[in-house]
Amino acid sequence: MRRAASIGIPVVVLVVLALVPKLSLDVPVVFNGPLSSPGTLQLLALCLLFSGIALTYDVLFGFTGLLSFGHALFVAAGVYMTAIALTRWEWGLWPTIGFVLAIALCLPLVLGAVSLRVSGIAFAMVTLAFAQAGQVLVQKNPYGWTGGEEGIGLNYDHVPDAFVGVLNTKNLYWLALGYAVLVFVIVRLAVNSSAGHVWRAVRENEPRVEVLGLHPYWFKLISFVLAGFLAVLGGVVWLLLIGGATPEVTTANFTLALLVMVVLGGAGTRFGAMLGGFLYTLLDQRLGSLSGSSEVQGLPDVLRVPLSEPLFILGALFILLVFFVPGGLASLPARLRGLRPRREPLPEEAAA
Amino acid sequence: MSTFVLLTITGLGLGAMYFLVASGLSLIYGLLGVLNFAHGAFITVGAYLAWWFGEQLGGGPGTRLLVGGVLGIAAGALVAALVELGLIRPLYRRPVEQVLVTVGLALALGALVQGIWGADAKPFPVPSWMIDTTTILGANVPNDRFVEIGVAVAVLLGLTAFLRYTRFGLVIRAGVENRGMVSALGIDVRLAFTLVFALGGALAALAGVLSGVYFGVVDPTRGTSLLIFAFIVVVIGGFGSIGGSAVAAVAVGLIQQYANYYASSGTGDLAVVLLLALVLLVRPTGLAPKVAH
Repeated sequence: MRRAASIGIPVVVLVVLALVPKLSLDVPVVFNGPLSSPGTLQLLALCLLFSGIALTYDVLFGFTGLLSFGHALFVAAGVYMTAIALTRWEWGLWPTIGFVLAIALCLPLVLGAVSLRVSGIAFAMVTLAFAQAGQVLVQKNPYGWTGGEEGIGLNYDHVPDAFVGVLNTKNLYWLALGYAVLVFVIVRLAVNSSAGHVWRAVRENEPRVEVLGLHPYWFKLISFVLAGFLAVLGGVVWLLLIGGATPEVTTANFTLALLVMVVLGGAGTRFGAMLGGFLYTLLDQRLGSLSGSSEVQGLPDVLRVPLSEPLFILGALFILLVFFVPGGLASLPARLRGLRPRREPLPEEAAA
Repeated sequence: MSTFVLLTITGLGLGAMYFLVASGLSLIYGLLGVLNFAHGAFITVGAYLAWWFGEQLGGGPGTRLLVGGVLGIAAGALVAALVELGLIRPLYRRPVEQVLVTVGLALALGALVQGIWGADAKPFPVPSWMIDTTTILGANVPNDRFVEIGVAVAVLLGLTAFLRYTRFGLVIRAGVENRGMVSALGIDVRLAFTLVFALGGALAALAGVLSGVYFGVVDPTRGTSLLIFAFIVVVIGGFGSIGGSAVAAVAVGLIQQYANYYASSGTGDLAVVLLLALVLLVRPTGLAPKVAH
């Protein structure tokens, strides 16, 4: 029964999501136009993309217990290296794909090998520093490649026609959906593999893994490389979706946003992280236009000012969630069931 | 030679601000074990409140800076103390959640400042004598650099004296070394927690005010950009060490200035990041041992 549900629910969700471009349903308040309109599809594609990227971060933070502040760097590498190869060097499609795949493998391998020599807060700081170096590099605009503050507008000459133009937004939507599914499947396989079990053991008690005769370093490195590789691919999808590279993807705030997404949904759970990424992106994009609405504009200043800043609402929501729903949204069903306790809580649970 | 002198004094001025931010971060981490991401928000809030109080007050730039600055620093201490009491203390036994709360707070407070005062930079009141230059060894150095260095040195001496000669300082130093033992001896460490947070908030706000003088403007991203380098300073200097923070802050400020000038713009930031990676790989605990001194 449980097993049927664990396969059945994802399949149903997937079928519904795959059919969205064919639906001309109107969802008031949440979306501007009907579901099949390019604007809404673009927004939904972004949400799906970020649910995938959030899951790659969850591999590090949720499943392996590595607090990295440099995950944005890999997404940025995907965005910028693809854009530079296609636009600045005017490479064809296949050389670009090969180049980006090589980057996706080598960059996390090298950075992970170096930064995993330290752990805990020091690891967080080294990854933050690497990401900062990436940001500085993009700002410096070496040889005019990265475009500095302005970023790069993508040159579509070598991009397949199916991904070009507003009419083809549905294909981009399916691409983003495909990315999210790919990440989900790979992460599911990886987490259930024997390496995946060691990841969780490292998260819970690293010295014990060492005592058992395994080297936590190599398992952490595998986790780091897998997460980095998938994040680079996410960057490529993002580039196609947005049609250009902007420096905001390199900022520390973007990594913090990933952290917020994962914790929002529930760290260490696949659906939770994906749901967190989806909802965060939706709120981030839609709260902005909500604040321009006449209802909010009519409010007194004390309410209007905070409500017109999406990041304020997200930050405040995040704090409330950390306080009152520590397991994230994924823990809500169990919590709601817990409202009708079948047994008396243990004393220490009651105290907590 | 004159360029070198100017770069050195400017680098020291920059290092002074890093030190003010890093010393608070370092004490908070050393005592509470919280990596405080909201520290950047304290900087921004302090700088903006100093500017806002100055605007309300009117008068010459000197008076506005002095009175606004003092009020801004007091407000920074108050905000930090409230954050500790309201948000950090309830999560006392959950260190990861404490960090997450400070992340949320950093996002929310930053957005709030931007919502209230807008994304554009605001001109900061700077008295004309600070803009004037003094000639040292042929270099024309703006006087505000000396103010920043002087304030940081005064704070360094004051903090060291506070930690070494007062009872609270003793409790904080002992707490950094072994928090459990201090509470076991019947001393209420929680008061020290609030105090250290308030102190950190005040120093961050002070750094915000000085950065307003240094750059001539305040903008909502000021806190975040200072915070990242302050993190680097704390890690290089060693958590919980005030002296280590001071040395690392000077090194980071100087390297940034020299590399930005003698190599190319932006190289300084890369050099600092490289320094951090090197230090961590050679000595993962930072240059100084974990002792508040």
